[in-house]
Amino acid sequence: MSRVLMLALLLALAANASAQTPVKLKPGDVAPQFTRSDLQGHPFDLRRGKVVLIDFWASWCAPCILAIPHLSQLQEKYGARGFQVVGVSMDDSASTTKETMRKIRFNYPVILGDAKLGNLYGGVLGLPLQFLVGADGKILATRAGEFPPTALDKEIAAALKKAGPG
Amino acid sequence: MRLAALIPILATLLLAPLTASAAPGDALTIPAAVQIQPAELVAMLKAGDTPPILQVGFSVMYQQAHIPNSQYAGPGNKDDGLLNLKSHVDALPRDKLVVIYCGCCPWEKCPNIAAAYKQLTGMGFTQVKVLYLASSFGADWVDKGYPVTRGG
Repeated sequence: MSRVLMLALLLALAANASAQTPVKLKPGDVAPQFTRSDLQGHPFDLRRGKVVLIDFWASWCAPCILAIPHLSQLQEKYGARGFQVVGVSMDDSASTTKETMRKIRFNYPVILGDAKLGNLYGGVLGLPLQFLVGADGKILATRAGEFPPTALDKEIAAALKKAGPG
Repeated sequence: MRLAALIPILATLLLAPLTASAAPGDALTIPAAVQIQPAELVAMLKAGDTPPILQVGFSVMYQQAHIPNSQYAGPGNKDDGLLNLKSHVDALPRDKLVVIYCGCCPWEKCPNIAAAYKQLTGMGFTQVKVLYLASSFGADWVDKGYPVTRGG
């Protein structure tokens, strides 16, 4: 009987934990780790050692779509120096994202996000949303809403300089 | 001008049809008189005077957080989403106050809210209120400390 009660208690705690308020992330916080398969068919693992731009986007988000060519350009410019963009699609289905990927060239991994991943990053309750993560795994900057891509270029260059030769 | 610098400009021009197709409605066409500010809706919630509230955006956002007692009735940018909205309100009297909201992205870029508003007014609803979320549901509701329910 006590085992049944213990199990019920654990289940209740787990349910409560899943409904807890997500922690809002800020610069200096460690970027939560995650591992997923990208929609190009490769495993993606957010590990330390690279400067990573996590771009939460969706097919229905016009400013996000317009930013993708700029992000591809940044990937091309800084990829060899240890920079990685990862696109996290918040589309409701993989098929919607894949349809967009057929229309736009992505030169970086795209994974399908969900509420769980959104909550891990403090709640993705509006797009565009980006996190720039340093090589030490700590968040360098967060950006919500539209912004000029030129600012991002300077931040990436500074982060790579700080990280040293990759 | 270098070719590399031209790429984003060309891409923007090429992608314009894609983004336009993702934005069936324009929130800027929604009359100011039917917009309701977050603080006004919070006051209504606190007073217990809660009309039907419908989230007409995307389910992955609704699953993370939504206004208490609001129902998912989207997405407004898709035909099946508009049918979903219709099914939520079909039985209501046409003079019933109904509140809709999205907040997926900045107001003027939202692909859902205007289409949903048009759907409701097209059905004959005369008391539709549209929650004005300038930047997003996160910035203009959750971050303000207004009440939310988490989880789907």
